[in-house]
Amino acid sequence: MSTEIRMPALSPTMEEGKLSKWLVKEGDVVKSGDILAEIETDKATMEFEAVDEGRIGQILVPAGTDGVKVNSPIATLLSEGEAPGDASIHQPSEADPAAPGVAAENRQSAAGQEPPATGAEGVADPEFPDGTEFVQQTVRDALRDAMAEEMRRDELVFLMGEEVAQYQGAYKVSQGLLEEFGERRVIDTPITEHGFAGLGIGAAFGGLKPIVEFMTWNFAMQAMDQIINSAAKTRYMSGGQMSCPIVFRGPNGAAARVAAQHSQDYSAWYAAVPGVKVIAPYFAADAKGLLKAAIRDPNPVIFLENEIVYGRSFPVPKLDDFVLPIGKARVVKPGNDVTLVSYSIAVGLCLEAAERLTEEGLSAEVIDLRTLRPLDLATVLDSVKKTNRVVTVEQAWPVCSIGSEVCAQVALQAFDWLDAPPTKVSGKDVPMPYAANLERLALPTVEDIIAAVKAVTYKD
Amino acid sequence: MHMFSVEKKFYGGHGIVGAQVPLGTGLAFATKYRGDSSVTLAYLGDGAANQGQVFESFNMAELWKLPVIYVIENNEYAMGTSVARSSAVTDFSKRGASFGIPGAQVDGMDVEAVQKAGQEAMTYTRGGKGPFILEMKTYRYRGHSMSDPAKYRSREEVSGVRDKRDPIEQFGKKLIERGVADADTLKQLDAEIKAIVVAAAEFATQSPEPDVSELYTDVYSS
Repeated sequence: MSTEIRMPALSPTMEEGKLSKWLVKEGDVVKSGDILAEIETDKATMEFEAVDEGRIGQILVPAGTDGVKVNSPIATLLSEGEAPGDASIHQPSEADPAAPGVAAENRQSAAGQEPPATGAEGVADPEFPDGTEFVQQTVRDALRDAMAEEMRRDELVFLMGEEVAQYQGAYKVSQGLLEEFGERRVIDTPITEHGFAGLGIGAAFGGLKPIVEFMTWNFAMQAMDQIINSAAKTRYMSGGQMSCPIVFRGPNGAAARVAAQHSQDYSAWYAAVPGVKVIAPYFAADAKGLLKAAIRDPNPVIFLENEIVYGRSFPVPKLDDFVLPIGKARVVKPGNDVTLVSYSIAVGLCLEAAERLTEEGLSAEVIDLRTLRPLDLATVLDSVKKTNRVVTVEQAWPVCSIGSEVCAQVALQAFDWLDAPPTKVSGKDVPMPYAANLERLALPTVEDIIAAVKAVTYKD
Repeated sequence: MHMFSVEKKFYGGHGIVGAQVPLGTGLAFATKYRGDSSVTLAYLGDGAANQGQVFESFNMAELWKLPVIYVIENNEYAMGTSVARSSAVTDFSKRGASFGIPGAQVDGMDVEAVQKAGQEAMTYTRGGKGPFILEMKTYRYRGHSMSDPAKYRSREEVSGVRDKRDPIEQFGKKLIERGVADADTLKQLDAEIKAIVVAAAEFATQSPEPDVSELYTDVYSS
């Protein structure tokens, strides 16, 4: 009886990959652990090992095929004595030796959101000069380009963190930087967040401009004291003598199926602290323009990326030196009936919801905050004074969240313009569950946003 | 505690026990990155020496051969907790052993011993060999802070150290013995120094509080 060998998921967020090379051919006998193929994801090229022993029956997906969906059959494996082409019942083999238990359907449902169309939305920005050309780029590459450009521009800028150099970044954001800048400026650290965050801050006190990557922000809690007490406060405490021009960056928020300790949005934590600036972009252009601004900023900047968003492609302006101002929100989609205020991955949800609301005759204005501290309330208030309704949308926990702050400020500063209570859509007030169905429940959805909009427009 | 003078290359002054150690290590990283020949001195106490981030710093400093000297001032008490009650190994000069960082135990009450050990550590670190640990065995006469009555040790213990080990007294005696200075010269020197200290204290207490408009000054650099 033959079994199917399926396209493996080589990370929890992988949806598809390139089958770059077969290392076996039809008729080869393989045993468990033999390398069958090389699979290329947007993060890395990985070797794919056999789980079961047997003989390769048919190769279903030829080498060099792009966009092979996770879990789709790529070859058949025949058991002892079976003839090639035997059409007996196919059974899936253990799909994924590299990341056991992670299946594509789980990933998709857990992430819960497909990338929105990459059309004109997310492009128009008042900072772009007329006639600017755009190139389609992933958020991951935009971040890498931002660092590379700033490192070329300023010798004092360097990157340090776990796996940023030889491994090219755990999420491949620092791809190619070691090669270009060498090990003096692209530095692999030991797993020692508290220590290297403090060391980076000390280096910033000493006049350098460090970019410190946290593999994810979950691990930065180890470094919290240094970030808050040393980076954020020393300028104030030293009477302005000491500056801390440092960027802390890495993926924040939920990835998919990695459970409570690896799925947390720290936006509100850092946004509460005077002395730091906090940036949480969604679009690739914002990621690039704001990371460049963060590196040049003389203050400590918390730069919150998102693992799910890394692989999404958006237009990025083709400009020699594209730097965006910190502290400015952007109206991503204009509308009249309700203001959706969001940041990071939830902006994608808002755009999808806005599109579906159009079909129901409701016009939503979508604001991407982009910077969470300082918060651009003026843009939010202007919009609310036009739409008279606000719904905040975020993946974070609901208590004391960015949405809480926006709703409070709207109530305080635009009370007379409101036709409905400021309303929040957020993650649920629970540690992130591991079970796929519960994880789905814990994250905000497009349906949640539509329901909230209907509530504030009294259409429910 | 919260004093800074970048002009004098004194980088604080940090209020969290142990946090200054990664910071000092980072200053050393910066000098090495820039290729200047400075050595960073990072001071910590016997209490801070038990912080995890100190060991994280030791590891990176040796790994990257950073020009930093860790000076552990062992005054026997971390606030009210004696070294014997808080440290599994009380020889702090050995705290770098698992990272391969050499250390020396020094009588921190002996001016000449401190100078000699400091110079040796400086030579080692300047030679590109990486960090060095100096444990300075010393003592604290007063409480840990204004609100610490220091009831955790006897009056006899304190006065015993004052009488037998006081660094200024002991060094003064040596200077007289060796004929470098006489008692009157030292007395005069003492008075001059006291005047400087009194003037500094006066300056501090007499300085006006900041203008209320300064509340938001220096939260951010523009």
